Amino acid sequence: MTPSSSARILRTLSRKNAFYFFTSVGNYTGHRAMSLEEFANKIREVETASLEFHLYRGDFEKWADEVLEDREITERISAVKLLEPIGNALRDQLDFTVTKRLEELKTLNS
Amino acid sequence: MKLKNQVFSLDGLDWKILRAIQENSKQTYSEIGRQLGVAHSTVYDRIKKLEKNGVIKKWTVDIALEKLGITCITARMTVYTDPKESENVAKKLSEAKEVLEVSLSLSEELLIIAKVIARDQDELHSFIAKKVAPLQGVLRIRTSIITKKIKEERFLIEK
Repeated sequence: MTPSSSARILRTLSRKNAFYFFTSVGNYTGHRAMSLEEFANKIREVETASLEFHLYRGDFEKWADEVLEDREITERISAVKLLEPIGNALRDQLDFTVTKRLEELKTLNS
Repeated sequence: MKLKNQVFSLDGLDWKILRAIQENSKQTYSEIGRQLGVAHSTVYDRIKKLEKNGVIKKWTVDIALEKLGITCITARMTVYTDPKESENVAKKLSEAKEVLEVSLSLSEELLIIAKVIARDQDELHSFIAKKVAPLQGVLRIRTSIITKKIKEERFLIEK
């Protein structure tokens, strides 16, 4: 991975491409992430019900793959899903996965 | 029919005609006239005036979509907004084909209440996530999917 491709993954997104956190169909929490860094912070903030809703619908993987265009983090989130965590265990797993990837990308970019 | 402060004052016959066509708008002028004991030409004149003055907004039809094999879900969406952006959010929602009704409410917070239609839950969620949540000024959204309709009537004229 080149510094330019890591910079692209770390970029600030448009409102249209942001990730919007819902707790169920049509119920928007008011939290959104406009970059991978914001996404990592929001994982620590939003209700675990929202994390469960999106993980098991495949929304995180879809956003990571299609919007961030980071195959690596997409695969790591898929691996988290296979463990079927819920509640705070899910929050911790996602936090660890996303934060680790964020640090890797920041190092590549510096 | 008299105009007073942009409000039309209708007489008893106007109200009776409105009630008759609200119950069945396919009735002929003659049928309505017979029921009300007036000439069909009187019914015709009154209806034309009601149309001309905008009291009758449109003639429409209530289609049973399920008879056509078209299945869809309806939801009531409550959008909490920044008061500065509420007019703009309401306008944008009104422009979406998925939105059938848009109303503003000032109960406690400023809310926009909208009736939304979609083919299924995935389509409903996708519309709200991609088209509504990203609108400037949207703070949060609560959505209730209607699972069973017990009664649906429009205002019934009682006069």
